[in-house]
Amino acid sequence: MADWNILSIVTFLPLVGALLILLTGGKEEVAARNARQVALWTTLITFGLSLTIWAGFDNSNPGFQFVEKAEWLGGGINYHMGVDGISMLFIILTTFLMPLCVLASWNAITTRVREYMIAFLIMETLMVGVFCALDMVLFYLFFEAGLIPMFLIIGIWGGANRVYASFKFFLYTLLGSVLMLVAMITMYFIVGTTDIPTLMAYNFDVDLQYWLWLAFFASFAVKVPMWPVHTWLPDAHVQAPTAGSVILAGVLLKMGGYGFLRFSIPMFPVGSEFFTPFVFALSVVAIIYTSLVALVQKDMKKLIAYSSVAHMGFITIGIFTFTQQGLEGGILQMLSHGIVSGALFLCVGVIYDRMHTREIARYGGLVHRMPKYALIFMVFTMATIGLPGTSGFVGEFLILIGTYQVSTWTAFLATTGVILGAAYSLWLYRRVVFGEMVNEDLKDILDVNKRELAIFVPLIVVAMWMGIYPDPFLDVMHAAVGNLMEQHQLAIEASQSSLHAAK
Amino acid sequence: MVLPEFSYALPEIFLAVAAMALLMLGVFKGKESSRTVSWAAVASILVAAGLVLTGDLESRITFNGLYQTDAFTAFMKVLALCASAIAIIMSMDYNSREKLDRFEFPILMVIATLGMMVMISANDLMSLYMGIELMSLSLYVTAAFRRDSVRSTEAGLKYFVLGALSSGMLLYGCSLIYGYTGTTNFTNFQQIFAAEGFEAGIGLIVGIVFLIAGLAFKVSAVPFHMWTPDVYEGVPTPVTAFFAAAPKVAGMALFIKTFMIPFGDLIAQWQQVIVFISVASMILGAFAAINQKNIKRLMAYSSIGHMGYALVGLAAGTPEGVRGVLVYLTIYVIMNIGTFAIILSMRQRNGMVEEIGHLAGLGKSRPMMALMLMIFMFSLAGIPPLAGFFGKFYVFVSAVNAGLYALAIIGLLTSVVGAFYYIRIVKIMYFDEEAEGFEPVNRTLAVLMGASGLFTALFFVYPAPLLSGAAAAAEVLFR
Repeated sequence: MADWNILSIVTFLPLVGALLILLTGGKEEVAARNARQVALWTTLITFGLSLTIWAGFDNSNPGFQFVEKAEWLGGGINYHMGVDGISMLFIILTTFLMPLCVLASWNAITTRVREYMIAFLIMETLMVGVFCALDMVLFYLFFEAGLIPMFLIIGIWGGANRVYASFKFFLYTLLGSVLMLVAMITMYFIVGTTDIPTLMAYNFDVDLQYWLWLAFFASFAVKVPMWPVHTWLPDAHVQAPTAGSVILAGVLLKMGGYGFLRFSIPMFPVGSEFFTPFVFALSVVAIIYTSLVALVQKDMKKLIAYSSVAHMGFITIGIFTFTQQGLEGGILQMLSHGIVSGALFLCVGVIYDRMHTREIARYGGLVHRMPKYALIFMVFTMATIGLPGTSGFVGEFLILIGTYQVSTWTAFLATTGVILGAAYSLWLYRRVVFGEMVNEDLKDILDVNKRELAIFVPLIVVAMWMGIYPDPFLDVMHAAVGNLMEQHQLAIEASQSSLHAAK
Repeated sequence: MVLPEFSYALPEIFLAVAAMALLMLGVFKGKESSRTVSWAAVASILVAAGLVLTGDLESRITFNGLYQTDAFTAFMKVLALCASAIAIIMSMDYNSREKLDRFEFPILMVIATLGMMVMISANDLMSLYMGIELMSLSLYVTAAFRRDSVRSTEAGLKYFVLGALSSGMLLYGCSLIYGYTGTTNFTNFQQIFAAEGFEAGIGLIVGIVFLIAGLAFKVSAVPFHMWTPDVYEGVPTPVTAFFAAAPKVAGMALFIKTFMIPFGDLIAQWQQVIVFISVASMILGAFAAINQKNIKRLMAYSSIGHMGYALVGLAAGTPEGVRGVLVYLTIYVIMNIGTFAIILSMRQRNGMVEEIGHLAGLGKSRPMMALMLMIFMFSLAGIPPLAGFFGKFYVFVSAVNAGLYALAIIGLLTSVVGAFYYIRIVKIMYFDEEAEGFEPVNRTLAVLMGASGLFTALFFVYPAPLLSGAAAAAEVLFR
């Protein structure tokens, strides 16, 4: 199985599609149609191939699988790819969302369709690459390069204030990342390699761990995003085209959480332990503060963007509990949030395509004209609240169990976020879908069409599947998460005993 | 009397003879010969590059210790020669269109290139100065080449006056160093400084500082950068393209060679000066470019910043640092060639334009040109996976390994500031509404754009040749 380099194929196949679109010219109409078809088929085939990774995945193996290694820059910097129970599902998430994004942009994007599809396909390569990379430089390459297509997607196909949003997104993320680069170079200097498994096994000096942890935190906290560096997200979300928001919420934010799991916790266990109260504090503030901010939003996308920040706060708390439930809950919540918030942005996209406004006050009473839409929107609203039976419940519940074992207060404060989450989500739903149809122009709005149904049905299926029977997802993680906790525990004990010995 | 070994300097001798032959050719064939002379100049530079490559790569010293060649000089010479050849190729169409097609132009560039080669091979303060002056005097003339333009002549004069001042400082530094050591030869310096119990006196240090000042002027590092924006803006664009690449390579080669070999043991004395120059250049390059509207001026500030990054590797003072500088310079030269090929294609119906605003909507009107410029801009900003990132990566690795954490952090932070003005150009090209488009791109420039764009974008696929070549060249300095 590993012989045919499945990870590289899945990573770089979208690039082939992008090249294909680049090479086909022709009249604008024809070229646009071809570009859409090529993008759709490329992403579908990539998704199909990525499923073989899951099929061939050995759940009992805590280490890296499908490993590929080749000489690259020399001097301990290699082309090294591989997946474990933590990263594998993110690849599936990415490849699953991409065809839906292409479909969502089918009629919404009318200008420069070729460039748009190329940007999305390049984006897919880079996102999958982030989750596959087992070399720090390679990881950084994929991680940072993603800024370029996303900058263009927001800047070219975005809303009225797109220039400001795209610059803010680019510079914020870049600023966080360069500090991480310094830390990576320092680690490279100490260990002599950028190989991630080697670095995970290496014990960094405790004093240095604090600094390295902070440098990585600077990058991942911006990406997650955590309060108070979240301000780029609402702007970027509001201005980005629908599919751009889906990718942003669905995958890009997960890179931050994934970074904590891949770098911060295994490489700097003492640093992570030391800064846990700090992370909890920021996350709790994020959950409560951004939930309150979400309550007063007038723009639907902005509301969902703030709710994303709150949900990501849950995830960071779960990850930093270092308990089995917390970590698995965090990962599952990331997957669930990827599906659900992506779907909510698509829901907004559906009515935005029809009315060209995202202002909540302009809507109301949609249930009379769009019953199917009302049902779809409701499923995802319930999922984002965390109603039992939906994916949101399992993740949040596991996180709260894990948190309760570590810190009762944090669990208590985080739970208030669940209540606030229900408040803003239900109120949004009530204002948009129920009530009287006040606006005249809503009178002939059309319900979801077949293409849109094709987007939402898989999302609903997955969201319910994760909620009702999450075992297939959790089984993948058990071994890797168990291993992560074990290593963490050992490292903490070792540092404590050395501290005692010093005394 | 024993004659010195001439064969080690064969490429330089060839180039000198070729320049004179070309001059005669030009004189005899008259005004129409400019294109022939240009191509002949390119050919002779390429022959010289071939001679460098086929020559001896071991360390050789000749002309009574004035002159030295090895793998490092070969690397730098080939880089400078290729940059010059491409600059001549880029200038031809522009010059004939703007009625600047005089045969002296390529010949002056050949002579300047000869000066660069002498600089790179210098093994003595005398030959160092000779090389610098040969290059600089030719550059002053090319700067003022458009005689009927006030801006061009002003730029040339400014460059000349400030250049003369810096040469004066350099000479003063040389004479101080000579006064305190009793020699001008690099090999002798090495023996003196490496001797047990040698202490650098204040006079010698002042001499070294003046030497640094003179060299910093040539690579336009802060605080000796003042000439750069005005000269870049004022001179004809092909000359700017030339200034941005080859002389920087030669100046940086001289910097590395002088401070790694003869003054290598005095690193404690000069390291902080280089660190200051580097930090100041990075900061100024990043902030001053933000408000620029003229693209040539913007590239001037960008080049100041980039020299700051390259000097980071020098400040490290290790083989790794030198390798970083070499990788950086190579990538920098290629990015610059591509960018200037695009600037030379910014031609509207009424002639050349230089304002950034004219790039508006380029993503629609000329998608390939816009794509290339976007690649160069992201690469200059140091965003992976483009080549510019690897250049920065290697100099910062060397800085961290040398314990210069503050330098690395400042450098990376300024690169974020710098990213702002690079992505602003991308914004103008892709986000803004279409303005008046450009005339079709000439084929030579299109090829240059495409080739350097492909290199920049795909460098990460197979970086080994450049990395190992630079490592081999850097190694020889530390034997």
